[in-house]
Amino acid sequence: MTELNKNIQTLREKKAVAEMGGGEAAIEKQVAMGKLTARERILSLLDANSFHEYDMFVKHDGRDFGMDKKDFPGDGVVTGTGTIFGAPVCIYAQDFTVAGGSLGLQHARKITKIMDHALKMKCPIIGINDSGGARIQEGVQALAGYGEIFYRNTIASGVIPQISLILGPCAGGAVYSPALTDFVFVVENISKMFITGPNVIKTVLGEDISMEDLGGARVHAEVTGNAHFYARSEQECFEQIKRLVSFIPWNNTERSKSITPKEPCARLNIEEVVPADPRQPYDVRDVIRCIVDTSDFLEVQELWAANIVVGFGRMHGETVGFVANQPMVLAGVLDCDSSDKAARFIRFCDSFNIPIITLEDMPGYLPGVDQEHAGVIRHGAKVLYAYSEATVPKITVILRKAYGGGYIAMNSRHLGADFMFAWPSAEIAVMGPEGAANIIFRKEIIEAEDEDAMRQEKVKEYIEKFANPFVAASKGFIDSVIEPKETRALLLHALELSVLKEEFRPAKKHGLPPF
Amino acid sequence: MKTQNNQYVDFVVTARKYKTLLTNKYINRPVWSRRLPGEIMSALPGTLIRTLVKEGQQVEEGELVMILEAMKMENRILAPVSGIVKKIYIKEGDKISKNHLLIKIEPK
Repeated sequence: MTELNKNIQTLREKKAVAEMGGGEAAIEKQVAMGKLTARERILSLLDANSFHEYDMFVKHDGRDFGMDKKDFPGDGVVTGTGTIFGAPVCIYAQDFTVAGGSLGLQHARKITKIMDHALKMKCPIIGINDSGGARIQEGVQALAGYGEIFYRNTIASGVIPQISLILGPCAGGAVYSPALTDFVFVVENISKMFITGPNVIKTVLGEDISMEDLGGARVHAEVTGNAHFYARSEQECFEQIKRLVSFIPWNNTERSKSITPKEPCARLNIEEVVPADPRQPYDVRDVIRCIVDTSDFLEVQELWAANIVVGFGRMHGETVGFVANQPMVLAGVLDCDSSDKAARFIRFCDSFNIPIITLEDMPGYLPGVDQEHAGVIRHGAKVLYAYSEATVPKITVILRKAYGGGYIAMNSRHLGADFMFAWPSAEIAVMGPEGAANIIFRKEIIEAEDEDAMRQEKVKEYIEKFANPFVAASKGFIDSVIEPKETRALLLHALELSVLKEEFRPAKKHGLPPF
Repeated sequence: MKTQNNQYVDFVVTARKYKTLLTNKYINRPVWSRRLPGEIMSALPGTLIRTLVKEGQQVEEGELVMILEAMKMENRILAPVSGIVKKIYIKEGDKISKNHLLIKIEPK
């Protein structure tokens, strides 16, 4: 054997050892938990033969508690680069088979190295979390590691898309990296996310709660809003990510890749989707499906704050972000959660050059002590901030109700909408007819012999006068009143016209959104 | 996300009734109730390690009434008003959650 061949042989042997991670027994345990291994996950997610691994031979820094005698292949994390549908990505996957995927300083440095790389190369970073947490034996070094990751998450925010997968436990401080990223993916029975686990809660409070009930996939997809996508299997999760990556650009200086334009294919008639009676519900996603190419809509945070719908579709092959009130859930009101959801999505679109189409049909803000005390003022203000701040093309279609503060908040002309369309069924008014009539005609109603009859009459009068789009149109707040079936054509026109849109803001270090 | 039976219900927003679904989160929203000035709630989850007053006892505003161990600290709980201790709801050693009613003082 030549010297070269001997060296190659050594390399192959070393790689083979590293690729086994925590070894066969640990891998068997991982499989028994219903999980793939770190490398399997990366290979499932990336294009075939595109993965190039970095830092396979990094050694850990632990010197105390006998750690110096232990060897952790790759220090419990696999990092590297690859492509998804040809788009370059940087990726890391914590390897639970190696010391429980615990994070020590070198483990963290591998992650920050690949993050720095992603930021320099301006491509998305994908992090797969599956870790028992800080490597306690390394003490404050582990904390330093987390901090260095969070710092980079923040610096990269709005520059490159950041995607987190929770494919195992992600507890304590570790949760803050995903929380700082743009999209968090969770999988049923596999994802576990919390600041303090069930054991601590049991010790301190005596309350018994399972990991699943405390911070399982469903909880974060439905209750907390920490997760953006919920899948039933890891494979489904990878498909969701590939789909998401196809909709978003590589970085904030690029546009999303366009694909071949196609007509919507939903077997729905846009004129029949929306009931004429503004009090009757319908699924606003059906309106979106009538509008977007191939009726293909990727919904974000589908299960959380379902009274607002956000997600991506394509118009003439180009990615567009949709924000739509959902009359089917809580009558489509804005509340704390739906405001947070919409505002964050709008800011993502604005950061990454994705035009925003707003479909409006909402009766106002959710009334209630719980909402007021939960800070609906502060949360609701985020929507105003996000729309006003955004400089991407902003188009609004008012389908039916646009009442009060909600009318202003949902990308009104007054917040800088570029195009304002309204269907003939639009009702743009300071509040719903019943509420308004009760105030304006209070005296007449009280003094009438038959209060109810008078109220009905005055409600009718108000409806005739204000429950239409023409008052707003007469002031130029609406550009045009359009027929529902013209919607797609006019949106395409508006988007075409906005391709070169430029809008400037005064220079500042950063604004102060009402977080 | 939705009501279990997925039934449309009436939902009122500014005097107008809409047909819509409710979310579990909305159905289970916290219910507000008026608190009296002499009712002390736990600000943190923890363990009661000492009670320094008895039911029926007179206390002055600012007087130490309980010590709650929470977040690795001994937290002093002071009487918010002067008055008579009407009822003590927990005993030493009890583990309690946040917003648990600890003691009621009837103001003078």
